Amino acid sequence: MKSLTNRKKVVSDKPMTFTEKLYLWAIAKGMMVTFKHMLRKRKTIKYPEEVRVFAPVYRGMHVLKRDEEGRENCTACGLCAVACPAEAITMVAGERQKGEEKLYREEKYAETYEINMLRCIFCGLCEEACPKEAVFLTDRIVPTEFERNDFIYGKDKLVEPLDHRIDITKRQHTGKRSKI
Amino acid sequence: MIKVTIDDIEIEVEPGTTILNAARQAGGDIVPPAMCYYSKLPGTGGKCRTCLVEVAAGSTADPRPMPKLVASCSTAVMDGMIVKNKTSERVHNNRGGVVEFLLINHPLDCPICDQAGECHLQDLGYEHGSAKTRYEEKRRTYDPIDIGNKIKLHMNRCILCYRCVHVANQLTDKRVHGVLHRGEHAEISTYIENAIENDFSGNMIDVCPVGALTDKTFRFKSRVWFLKPMEAECSCTKCSGKAVVWMFGNEIYRVTARKDKYGEVENIDDKAAWICNDCRYDKKDTSKWNIIGPRSINRHSVISQGKYKTFMDKEQKKIS
Repeated sequence: MKSLTNRKKVVSDKPMTFTEKLYLWAIAKGMMVTFKHMLRKRKTIKYPEEVRVFAPVYRGMHVLKRDEEGRENCTACGLCAVACPAEAITMVAGERQKGEEKLYREEKYAETYEINMLRCIFCGLCEEACPKEAVFLTDRIVPTEFERNDFIYGKDKLVEPLDHRIDITKRQHTGKRSKI
Repeated sequence: MIKVTIDDIEIEVEPGTTILNAARQAGGDIVPPAMCYYSKLPGTGGKCRTCLVEVAAGSTADPRPMPKLVASCSTAVMDGMIVKNKTSERVHNNRGGVVEFLLINHPLDCPICDQAGECHLQDLGYEHGSAKTRYEEKRRTYDPIDIGNKIKLHMNRCILCYRCVHVANQLTDKRVHGVLHRGEHAEISTYIENAIENDFSGNMIDVCPVGALTDKTFRFKSRVWFLKPMEAECSCTKCSGKAVVWMFGNEIYRVTARKDKYGEVENIDDKAAWICNDCRYDKKDTSKWNIIGPRSINRHSVISQGKYKTFMDKEQKKIS
């Protein structure tokens, strides 16, 4: 039957001639391709010394943000976990005690908050679901590890350090959160 | 029997039935929402005004329309009455106004509140409220109070429906819990934070339409949509022992009474199936319950998220 796409190639297995068996011409042809590529500009970069410019909406490793006063925004409402199509997020809520008002923004907070980076597909739905502007995806890359367990990121890796804030102003939609 | 027409649906009801109950007998989406009325607690109703309906014709004898919207939970039907609920734009607008009033002092902390997902005010707000509030003053705030050692009261969230007071009045023999002060300063409280020791005091958690009264054994433990409601029963000397256990894996996180689609405790053997405090707080072990099977959940409810498998199982059982 005639091919519909016209891309069909007929393969033949006729024996090679003597000149073909020497492979001289074939090698020269192949080397020509190689030398041509040597003259071209390199596509690879020397990561991590050199870093590519990321798009402002690049979706990389998550961050749990703190507010202006350094309190954790996350209130463990579980909406990110519901939105997550990969079931990567788990959390346990805790109640804020008297005296912890400087640590947590709301009376409930996430005691543990874990994202399994092996499950995560970096779709950004958690960021979209978050009513408290707590979880954001950043332009940081999730580093490689040797153990699977090391990919389960807890609060120690996700919450931004106070002295080393992570800038997400490029992708943050401010004003969504109500003032309390 | 008298005839009433609610949203073009004609039904016959007993004389003396309220419009709300007549609508519930007809069923469907013509039923007005109710935040304070609770059919199992006589005397409730008439406080929240969310069940407002328009009466287009008073009765056959006097077919003039009622000038104002009436509270359907406390207005009795008349023969030939024509009621408009869903079909009336006035009702929709006014109900939106009522919701706005209810939300004046109600904090918008649904991400924190344990009631989220099964909260009637949340549903109403979603249906009517605009995303912004026009209220500029400060919301009234209170510190959470312990009512006994098992219930926590968040007065901030209270909408003063008085349901819990009626529970205290009608289920328990000595009331130690009521409403203090008047008007804007009104708050539910026990007298000087008296512990409530009656066996059925926990039911005030179930009747609370918002998250003002919360179960301390379940407080902040999980979100309702992560749990699986299972119908269960146990042999209990104090109550019927028929309840819903909310499970996460093989663990029971909380126990509530069985509630119908209006959020009210179901009738079992013609008696409202209130559950006692032992069942509610202390039986958190699967060995103490005989778990019958998954409870059917409205598929539009957030509680049904992630549970399509149990639903499918049930359907398959029906077929085979």
